[in-house]
Amino acid sequence: MSTTATTPSAGAVKVQKPTVASHVNDYWGRVRGGDLGALPAILGLVVLCLIFGAARQDTFLSTLNFANLFSQGAQVILIAMGLVFVLLLGEIDLSAGFASGVCGAVMAILLTNHGWDWYTAVPAALITGLVIGFVLGFLVAKVGIPSFVVTLAAFLAFQGILLVLLSGGINVSVRDPFVLKLANSNMSVLWSWVLAIGSVVAYAALQLNRIRSRAARGLTTDPVGIVALRIGGLALVLLVATALLTQERSINPVIISVKGVPIVVPIIAFFLVLWTFVLSRTTYGRHVYAVGGNAEAARRAGIPVDRIRISVFVIGSFMAAIGGILAVSRANSVDPNTGGSNVLLYAVGAAVIGGTSLFGGKGKVVNAVIGGAVVAVIDNGMVLMGYSSGVKYIFTGLILLIAASVDALSRRRAAATGT
Amino acid sequence: MAASPLLELRGIDKSFGPVQVLHDVGLSVYPGEVTALVGDNGAGKSTLVKCVSGIYTIDAGTVTFDGKQVAIHTPRDASTLGIEVVYQDLALCDNLDIVQNMFLGREKVKGIVLDEPTMEQMAGDTLAGLSVRTVKSLRQLVASLSGGQRQTVAIAKAVLWNSRVVILDEPTAALGVAQTAQVLELVRRLADNGLGVVLISHNMNDVFAVSDRIAALYLGRMAAQVKTADVTHSQVVELITAGRSGNLGLPPETPNDFVDITPAGDER
Ligand SMILES: Nc1ncnc2c1ncn2[C@@H]1O[C@H](COP(=O)(O)OP(=O)(O)OP(=O)(O)O)[C@@H](O)[C@H]1O
Ligand SMILES: [Mg+2]
Repeated sequence: MSTTATTPSAGAVKVQKPTVASHVNDYWGRVRGGDLGALPAILGLVVLCLIFGAARQDTFLSTLNFANLFSQGAQVILIAMGLVFVLLLGEIDLSAGFASGVCGAVMAILLTNHGWDWYTAVPAALITGLVIGFVLGFLVAKVGIPSFVVTLAAFLAFQGILLVLLSGGINVSVRDPFVLKLANSNMSVLWSWVLAIGSVVAYAALQLNRIRSRAARGLTTDPVGIVALRIGGLALVLLVATALLTQERSINPVIISVKGVPIVVPIIAFFLVLWTFVLSRTTYGRHVYAVGGNAEAARRAGIPVDRIRISVFVIGSFMAAIGGILAVSRANSVDPNTGGSNVLLYAVGAAVIGGTSLFGGKGKVVNAVIGGAVVAVIDNGMVLMGYSSGVKYIFTGLILLIAASVDALSRRRAAATGT
Repeated sequence: MAASPLLELRGIDKSFGPVQVLHDVGLSVYPGEVTALVGDNGAGKSTLVKCVSGIYTIDAGTVTFDGKQVAIHTPRDASTLGIEVVYQDLALCDNLDIVQNMFLGREKVKGIVLDEPTMEQMAGDTLAGLSVRTVKSLRQLVASLSGGQRQTVAIAKAVLWNSRVVILDEPTAALGVAQTAQVLELVRRLADNGLGVVLISHNMNDVFAVSDRIAALYLGRMAAQVKTADVTHSQVVELITAGRSGNLGLPPETPNDFVDITPAGDER
């Protein structure tokens, strides 16, 4: 598998048949050319886990804390997923945090004060998100106000709306069992395993099917070694995580048993798969990248640039609404600070730390998950180490700055080696 | 020898606000021929191209394609007719790969899923048909290509769609000697394949090397459209710089020709 054979492929254009070695080479070439992707974030995650793990073996490394990380990180990760779309166009949504608060409040008020059921209150919150996104997108794309200004104004306005909705700051608590389960309950051990194994099998089937159909048409395929590595890697991560999360982690198992994968995990996984599919396998996703890479080229290719621009804000605010619902679920209530304080900054940080470019055109939804994990681990680990909030914010700010520098430098690097 | 023109423009006018950039421009493009469109900076060459390709709408005049009068309002209209443009400022997305760029805006799908294998195969066939064998992988990002390779991708993108007329706006402006020769060869091959080709260029050597006809724009007016074999370098240069040369070109008097062009703001 290490000789570089040249085979005719894809019509009569000669292309190199990739081998494991050429794959590694290409990857290294991309990294040197400045396209680091999620690599720094993954390395950072490993380093942080090692440091916190060594310093706080009994707390940070406990299965209870591991499970906690997911529900703590869920809101930020889901908002960050939506922000990836906005960032792909080189735009920004500073209002996503409070938008999630407003949507969460809409749901909580409908449930608690108006006696709605979850199956009407949750859609109402989601529709609120869609409407917010459409208004933001319209102002940016059609009126032509820079997104920074539109969403900064919205940031302030939504904070106000939240206060008004909560009549000046009262705390509305939620008792709907379905909503409370979302962020606070776990799947049964059986379902946890079914989901993990099912995911690995589905991923393997997709990969192998792709190879088969490409080989059948005489197109180059990824070498078997690389594909096996991908499938094996995913299987290892999912199965180890599931094994840990299906352990008993209750402090007092006699009173209450706590085990199984938290429900937020399949929620995050669902949106990860959905948006990854949309971005990488559909025409719409291709057009999002095109508009982010070169809007004028996209326009000349007949792509409706304005509609794409509006749509990413709609997706952004929709995901903010999902994040808001989970935040309300986790807190059992909504207050004027739901979606406030550092939620938005953490979400932007998650997307950028994960490898999404602030300049548009580069990024994946999985970046939001990896970056969100980094943010959650810092937040969680530093509290366990006994640092004050002040130190924690300074540290997170520095990490974001480093990630943004990596982004800016790799862009210059790419410009230097590109042409 | 040449049959009827494939694309014919007559009496095209185009203004941007108070500034009239094109005056009563006519142009004929014949199948199997390279028509060079020349003119000084700001003569209106790119503007004319953008009018034909549906990026700008024309204020007056007619466009006849294949004997039928047509209306081109959007880039889609132009590509539906089979008119493709390779722009001066390359219309490629750096963050997409070769195949993705070639199919941009016209992706092949199976259901709702992109049909990548088909696109990759068609892209490969098209590049091979143009005798391009220099790319390492069809999945290479355009950002990593050389100027000549990018130009090749842009041209291949234009011929992918069974296009009938390909318009190239200064395709060699940013290229070195060897890459220029490659691209010109490609341009010639397009015409030899029966396409109507319009080549915009400032380089007289390039123009005389590949073109069958030369159309000279002067301050937004068509000074002359002549066969390349019938004129000399210096005549073309005169057409470009003065709008006429001997008995060719715009009539000598017409002082009001120039009134329109110079900042016309206070007249309106
Ligand atoms: N969008 C626009 N708005 C206003 N004026 C424009 C616009 N586009 C072009 N012009 C003007 O029209 C004239 C012709 O421009 P055009 O780009 O067509 O010239 P060109 O012949 O392509 O020149 P070059 O050789 O430099 O590419 C110029 O004076 C330019 O300033
Ligand atoms: Mg021009």
